[in-house]
Amino acid sequence: MPKVVFMLSNGTETGVDARIGDSVMTTATQHGLDGVVAECGGNLSCATCHVWVRDDFLDAVGPPGEMEDDMMDLATSDRRDGSRLSCQITVSEDLDGLTVEIPPEQP
Amino acid sequence: MSTGTLIVGASQAGAQLAASLREAGDTAPIALVGHEAHLPYQRPPLSKGYLLGKTDATGLALRSAAYYAERGIEVLTGERVVELAVDRAATARGRTLVFDRLALTVGARVRRLAVPGAELHGVHHLRVVADSDRLRAALPFARRVVVVGGGFVGLEAAAAAGTFGAEVTVVEAADRLLGRAVSPLTSEFYLRAHRRRGVRVLLGSAVTAIAGTGGEVSGVVLADGTELPADLVLVGVGVVPRTELAEQLGLLCSGGIVVDPDARTSIPTVVAAGDCTVQPGPAGPIRIESVQNAVSQGKIAAATLAGCPRPAVEVPWFWSDQGDLKLQIAGISAGHDQTVLRGDPESERFAVLYYRAGALVAVDAVNSPADYLVGRKALAQGLTVPADQAGAADRPLKELLVAAP
Ligand SMILES: Cc1cc2nc3c(=O)[nH]c(=O)nc-3n(C[C@H](O)[C@H](O)[C@H](O)COP(=O)(O)OP(=O)(O)OC[C@H]3O[C@@H](n4cnc5c(N)ncnc54)[C@H](O)[C@@H]3O)c2cc1C
Ligand code: FES
Repeated sequence: MPKVVFMLSNGTETGVDARIGDSVMTTATQHGLDGVVAECGGNLSCATCHVWVRDDFLDAVGPPGEMEDDMMDLATSDRRDGSRLSCQITVSEDLDGLTVEIPPEQP
Repeated sequence: MSTGTLIVGASQAGAQLAASLREAGDTAPIALVGHEAHLPYQRPPLSKGYLLGKTDATGLALRSAAYYAERGIEVLTGERVVELAVDRAATARGRTLVFDRLALTVGARVRRLAVPGAELHGVHHLRVVADSDRLRAALPFARRVVVVGGGFVGLEAAAAAGTFGAEVTVVEAADRLLGRAVSPLTSEFYLRAHRRRGVRVLLGSAVTAIAGTGGEVSGVVLADGTELPADLVLVGVGVVPRTELAEQLGLLCSGGIVVDPDARTSIPTVVAAGDCTVQPGPAGPIRIESVQNAVSQGKIAAATLAGCPRPAVEVPWFWSDQGDLKLQIAGISAGHDQTVLRGDPESERFAVLYYRAGALVAVDAVNSPADYLVGRKALAQGLTVPADQAGAADRPLKELLVAAP
């Protein structure tokens, strides 16, 4: 199982086992990581699953899609280079060790 | 010592209420009791990704078992509360629960057709995960599918049924699709879009019977005598809020459990949230069936129980995915007196802005997330888009925002 590491806004890091094919959002909510709210359950309608992907994984994760880009443009409070909506990142073997930071505020 | 909180109904609203109570620092026991066999899960995928096999049951769960355990939230699944007083409850299996605070998040049940043949094998409904499982198992073998009801669930399922190669007919009693939720402009768009995709849509057609042979469904009979052949029928004619328990307690019910803006029922120590409630709306009492409402009212109800200030009121929002058509709605259009169209519906990318007395009250956006979001933001921040400019689709909506008068 690939691991996904979440860096919480209080500075702690939690590594969790993720199922291949699940989104990073699902991985977070099912493990009860509070900062990922994911109100729309991955439907690209809420932007409350915003994360900052750590630089060394940006290439592997790839750029946001068009709708995702629009959503983040308008809805996220602190958009950075690594900003992604975690419901749009699918966990794969290649993403083992993926590290994302959870912003202190959603969306 | 406090005997804690009983939350009846373990779904979107109940799960949120429990989580929010803990986030508010409440340490008293919490029992989250649900009739279904599963931990709280999401229903929206039941007519979308889950029905198409894109996610499995694990992917539907809102939270893992560990989440509830770590927070001391006792989830009792497969237990139905049948008797209820303000401080104790009994379940069908004979369990007695005592509590000093009570929340009803009992949701709604599907409305069944009151016509002959409604119980035939091959007649489906869609509310719980087992319904979606049954439908998913049957769809690959269905050649002719009739969907009764042109609401969100029916149209989403119709789009899904089409992908299995079935011939799909939607029968709607009203003169337009999605009549309760959107303007005629948006209704007309969905009519044309579904027809373009090969779905047959019959408006103004009432179903008088479901025909069958040997206990199996064989067709749907309309008021004009037409019989539409069908080997699978999906009935999507809305839901009925569950009010039995509230009535046992003597709570005021009127098309749902009546609550105030703090999610309090007519007994101030009892709160209710989600699909089962009727709340004050911009144009009179309103019952909202959406994840956002269940979550938002769940948070409010938790704050009320915990004695915390009411969380900021959120702008209502909703989405519906019908095949490749993504509809996103912000605000409540009920009571609007003007609509403005932005973009060309034939391009399958457009928005409808709703106004009441000149002020923006809601936005429907089809494949236009930016317009949806700007609308949501405007409503949250007290901004508006002048109605005489909103139609300028060549200009981004965010450039047209001004302070509301
Ligand atoms: C197929 C489908 C698609 C949908 N799509 C969308 C969408 O795209 N977007 C959106 O915003 N919304 C959508 N919705 C609506 C959304 O799922 C509901 O608004 C939401 O589930 C409401 O949550 P709730 O907790 O209020 O009630 P419910 O989800 O109805 O849950 C109530 C729970 O209470 C339990 N219960 C009732 N009585 C008792 C009792 N006496 N004892 C114990 N347990 C009891 C029930 O078993 C049930 O599990 C969809 C719904 C369906 C069915
Ligand atoms: S969960 Fe709503 S946009 Fe990702």
